Amino acid sequence: MIQNKKYRFRAESEEDRCVACGVCMNVCPREAIHIHKGCYAVVDRDKCVGCGLCVKACPAGVMHKIENV
Amino acid sequence: MKRKKKWSDYMWIVSGTYFTLGFFNIVFAWLGIICFMIPLLMAIFGGTKGYCNTYCGRGQLFLQIGNTLGWSRGKVAPRWLSSKWFRNLFFAFFMFFFVQMIYITVQVADGARSLSETIHLLWTFNVPWGWAYPTEVEPWKAQFAFGLYGIMLTSLIVGIILTIVYRPRTWCVFCPMGNMTQMICKLKNKE
Repeated sequence: MIQNKKYRFRAESEEDRCVACGVCMNVCPREAIHIHKGCYAVVDRDKCVGCGLCVKACPAGVMHKIENV
Repeated sequence: MKRKKKWSDYMWIVSGTYFTLGFFNIVFAWLGIICFMIPLLMAIFGGTKGYCNTYCGRGQLFLQIGNTLGWSRGKVAPRWLSSKWFRNLFFAFFMFFFVQMIYITVQVADGARSLSETIHLLWTFNVPWGWAYPTEVEPWKAQFAFGLYGIMLTSLIVGIILTIVYRPRTWCVFCPMGNMTQMICKLKNKE
């Protein structure tokens, strides 16, 4: 997968702990997150700009802001 | 960049209306079945948690309270609250009370038990709710309505407390319906 290296940070979800509520998907201003088949949130690395809104909104605390490497 | 509002962003009004109607006439509590059926149907046939993601009025109500009104500390809940064991334990706990509610309804229908015009709140308190009971309704129908409304109101109260203490929609991390639909989706999509 090609990574979006323009931005320093990006969001990543802990898929095994995600409850798939969709809060992150709804809060994302870039529409970079979708709920994969009702199982967990998946972040599109090409669209994510690392704003961290989803990290602050996730009620389960499974969204993390990590450095783009 | 703010998203354009869609009709589905106003489901919190539907949820608020549900609780208001149940306050005046308990028979409206029957409409709560919709909140159980739609997510299940969407998971079973669609293989998605579309209800939680887009249409859950309860979840939106928590967002309104936490974000629009600002009544939320915004702190993330402890990790054990969204752990598998707690979610499943709470699911079992919820199912116990749900089955008990059905059992009491059947007993009232059989005449083995008299109608209790109370709302069972927070799995502990029996709150008198007799003013909302129109006597022309058969007792078992009213009993089911009281039972269901109690379950719905309990989750609303717990959810609001969690919204204030932690983040909006913290209820969702162990919501029995959300857990059930996620389990169905995982089974359906074999993940």
